[in-house]
Amino acid sequence: MQRYILRRFLHSLLAIWVLSMIVFSLSRVTGNPLDVLLPLEAGPEEYERVAKHWGLDKPIYTQYLIFMGKALRGDFGTSWKWQGHTAMGLVLDRLPATLQLAGLALLISVVISVPIGVMAAVMKDTPLDSFSKLIALLGQSLPSFWLGIVLMWVFAVQLGWLPTSGRGGLSYMILPGIALGWFQVAALMRLTRSSMLEVLDTEFVKLTRIKGLPEWKIIWKHCLRNAAIVPLTYFGITASGLLTGSVVTESVFAWPGTGLLVVDAVRARDFQVVQAVVIVFAGVFIFTNLVVDILYAYLDPRIRYQ
Amino acid sequence: MATAVSQPVPWYNPPKIARAVFQARRYPVVPVAILLFLLVIPAVFAPLVAPHDPLKGSLSKRLLPPVWAQGGSIEYPLGTDKMGRDLLSRMIYGARVSLLVSFITVFVGGSIGTALGLMSGYFGGKLDTLIMRLVDIELAIPTILLALVLVAAVGPSFGTVILLISLVIWTRYARQARAETLTVKEQDFVARARVAGASHTRIMLRYIFPNIVNTLVVLATLQVGTIILLESTLSFLGVGIPRPTPAWGVMVADGRELIVTAWWVSMFPGLGIMLTVLSLNLFGDWLRDHLDPKLKHV
Repeated sequence: MQRYILRRFLHSLLAIWVLSMIVFSLSRVTGNPLDVLLPLEAGPEEYERVAKHWGLDKPIYTQYLIFMGKALRGDFGTSWKWQGHTAMGLVLDRLPATLQLAGLALLISVVISVPIGVMAAVMKDTPLDSFSKLIALLGQSLPSFWLGIVLMWVFAVQLGWLPTSGRGGLSYMILPGIALGWFQVAALMRLTRSSMLEVLDTEFVKLTRIKGLPEWKIIWKHCLRNAAIVPLTYFGITASGLLTGSVVTESVFAWPGTGLLVVDAVRARDFQVVQAVVIVFAGVFIFTNLVVDILYAYLDPRIRYQ
Repeated sequence: MATAVSQPVPWYNPPKIARAVFQARRYPVVPVAILLFLLVIPAVFAPLVAPHDPLKGSLSKRLLPPVWAQGGSIEYPLGTDKMGRDLLSRMIYGARVSLLVSFITVFVGGSIGTALGLMSGYFGGKLDTLIMRLVDIELAIPTILLALVLVAAVGPSFGTVILLISLVIWTRYARQARAETLTVKEQDFVARARVAGASHTRIMLRYIFPNIVNTLVVLATLQVGTIILLESTLSFLGVGIPRPTPAWGVMVADGRELIVTAWWVSMFPGLGIMLTVLSLNLFGDWLRDHLDPKLKHV
């Protein structure tokens, strides 16, 4: 078990390291960064001075080591667009908003997909099953930004029930929550359904029926517990989907989270902020995947002996 | 030793796709029709079909509603955007952009992925481990983040989008190609070719590749929908196809602020994206169902 955890952990570290190298090299690849920092009339002494100041005159691997050293301490430099703020500071400021939205989206998607998935498995080949397949198909095909706009148009503009954008209480969170969670609904529903179908076939279910337990208890208590393991492993992918989806959804609904932050930073070519956000996001889902892998190995002993 | 006279061993399997098309009992008529009218015909015949220039608009005609609403005219059937450009024409040219991006990225990403997967499966050993490790790392990095980082560095452009999406999709081809190469290379005709003195390159190109190309083509078809979705998301965020090129994602973004007054500017391109991707998914499912069962996991 320890070896498995160690292996997964090292693999995660490798992925983060490679990503940091990609991020670092991209920031240096587009010509001389000094051209961006200095006005056009600056003379060669100006170039030298600024280069020294930013450490750009050192060889590339020294720059990388300095970058890594600072990054490990959480220092990602200062933002170019939002003067006076550090890149990491901006990210940490906005992270709670994103986590809040992601949490609601996750809740919505689980609440919708698990019951429908279970019922679709139990009532296989009925209209409900076809309905769930339809939802799954739509979930895969709908562009999430368009779904957000449609929701906004129907509920906020036409019906006027909910506000269109901005942050606030529950009424502000519902539409972006649905838009963000929708993509997960399709996949979770399919996974729950197929996993339930497997469990419903097993021997111990027959035993519970022989025992005379009420059907609803069999389905919801005994089967679901076993079937839930598979969607749980999907949670790692769900988490990354939620974070990347938040980039789009926050843009549509002007929700002030890290997603919107990174889009604005990219538009302004503020590379320090983009770096910080990317590394934080990557860290979050590599970590989530690791936790899910360990949890899965703990729950399903067959995995450990691979 | 007398050998029985037998049929010469065919050195590749005939494409199963042709057989599937002719032998299927049930054709996905509706998805294919939608695809034809929404994607293929507009894309190919854009200059002939579009009633107006997608880039030039007259400001006197801005934000006209579609023809069935009050104030709309048959001259601009789907309405106009805030620069006075005809929405229908822009959508037709947008189909061209989507199709172009999909084809080029599938070609580029698919070629790279197939080549790497083939080599990985054929040679094995350290090369195999290296390439598969690369695939794992690539899959661990989320798409949109990679996109944002790349665009923050080099700026949005048509080429950047192609490069980015190719970087994202090559891994699936590599895995599939590698898995199939592993099975094919064990077959007799490969051993015979080796004995006859064929070089590695010749074996890979002439003997292995034609046998794996079937599933790769199906994979490519299944991926076009995903690619269109990805490209439109990137364009919506402003990090994909740059303005003023009419890409559907860009059009949806343009209409977002106008959602209260001019809903059609966002709605129609979004509807176009959804119907196209939906039809592509349905078509891909049909294709997968009618070919080898081993494709079920693709």
